[in-house]
Amino acid sequence: MNDGTSSPGTRVLGALTLIGMAVLLAFALVISPADETQEETVRMFYVHVPTALVAFGAFFLTVAASVGYLLRRSEGWDVMAGASAEVGAVLLAATLVSGMLWGRVTWGVYWTWDARLTLTALLFVLVLGYLAVRRLPLERERRSRLAAVVGLLLGPATVACHYATTWWRTLHQGPTITTADAKMDGTMLFTFFLGMVVFGLLYVWLLVHRFRVLWLEHRVEDLGLDEAIAERRREAVGVS
Amino acid sequence: MLRDAALVAGKDLRLEARSRVALNQVAPFALLVLMLFAFALDPDRGILARVTPGLYWVAVLFSGLLAVQRAFAVESTDGVADALRLSGLDPAGVFLGKVAAVAVQLLALEVLLGLGVVVLYGADPSSVALLVPTCLAATLGLAAAGSVYGILAAGLRVRETLLPLLLLPVLAPVLIAATSAFESALGGFPGEGWRWLGLLVVFAALYTGLGLATFGVLLEDG
Repeated sequence: MNDGTSSPGTRVLGALTLIGMAVLLAFALVISPADETQEETVRMFYVHVPTALVAFGAFFLTVAASVGYLLRRSEGWDVMAGASAEVGAVLLAATLVSGMLWGRVTWGVYWTWDARLTLTALLFVLVLGYLAVRRLPLERERRSRLAAVVGLLLGPATVACHYATTWWRTLHQGPTITTADAKMDGTMLFTFFLGMVVFGLLYVWLLVHRFRVLWLEHRVEDLGLDEAIAERRREAVGVS
Repeated sequence: MLRDAALVAGKDLRLEARSRVALNQVAPFALLVLMLFAFALDPDRGILARVTPGLYWVAVLFSGLLAVQRAFAVESTDGVADALRLSGLDPAGVFLGKVAAVAVQLLALEVLLGLGVVVLYGADPSSVALLVPTCLAATLGLAAAGSVYGILAAGLRVRETLLPLLLLPVLAPVLIAATSAFESALGGFPGEGWRWLGLLVVFAALYTGLGLATFGVLLEDG
């Protein structure tokens, strides 16, 4: 057994992520050109959008793993749902912060209550609620069951958040990459996809580690329980 | 399933008719919230009239939270939860019954608060055609989402703090949609409000469906 939660696989993954980040920074800040309308602020895009999309993906994995838990009742699904939501929350926080900074520069305000921003903030609070349920001092199986149901409910919120710009008229700009008439510079498009890949790698890397940590936390809980049972047994033997 | 629902709803409403907790505590609380808003915003009619829809729904949300907490507090003491599980009632029926009972109490609260804003804030309730369906759809959404999270938090030691954290963000879309629908109804241009009513209906249907599907799992807990 090694001392941490790393394995040869995650070390490679981690190294790739870090190298990818460095390359992404180079492309985002130096190599890719400034935008015609947004000028230099467009560079925010390469962090803001990938973190958002990867965070949405993370919540979908939480929803899927919650369904998996409710169907199979196996610990792995439960831990997977929790780990994915935790990493997703961090990425969504990054989205919010980068978005606020970007908004300050282009809209003049950090925050405005349009549908996309409102729903993102709500989604963030919902995830915090989900993580709070995961920390309830309960019997593990009961906690997992509650968490799975709350996790399931992240699904509609994530979908609404993702399609907010399409469903409502918003200040926030709508889908840019998938729109057919989008004329995006090749380097910019490449930088964006690089961002997706790098933040995807970061997500998987952190997910594996969080999965292992949560798994070990459960083992520690079990140890505590076994210990307590053994102690009661010893007491009983001592009396008789 | 519907028969079970009627049984549970009947039980809850009888409980309320005899204990009068909603009548004697939640309803005065709701009116108190309306008065506090008036104090906070300076009873200058100009401001109050503009923000009436929002204040109305915030008041409904807060007093509704109390009603939900109460509806599930009665299920979590004295081994009632076990009895409910052993009763053999269909979980979906129990869910619908709870939703119905909470919805009836919420509707009564909304009528009371409606009278409150008409009298205290000078609101003009003439667009009844939009106001009433908005109330009905919003109430169903509140009751359905409230019941899912209410049973989830019931019986936990941290339920008083956990329930608002879980429930309020979920109910935010109801607050937004109902407020917008009310704004257009009270402002005299009801045409805008129908889209928001649609959103309320979708929300209510979504949470009723989720509740029907997951209530069995949630009831397993003691």
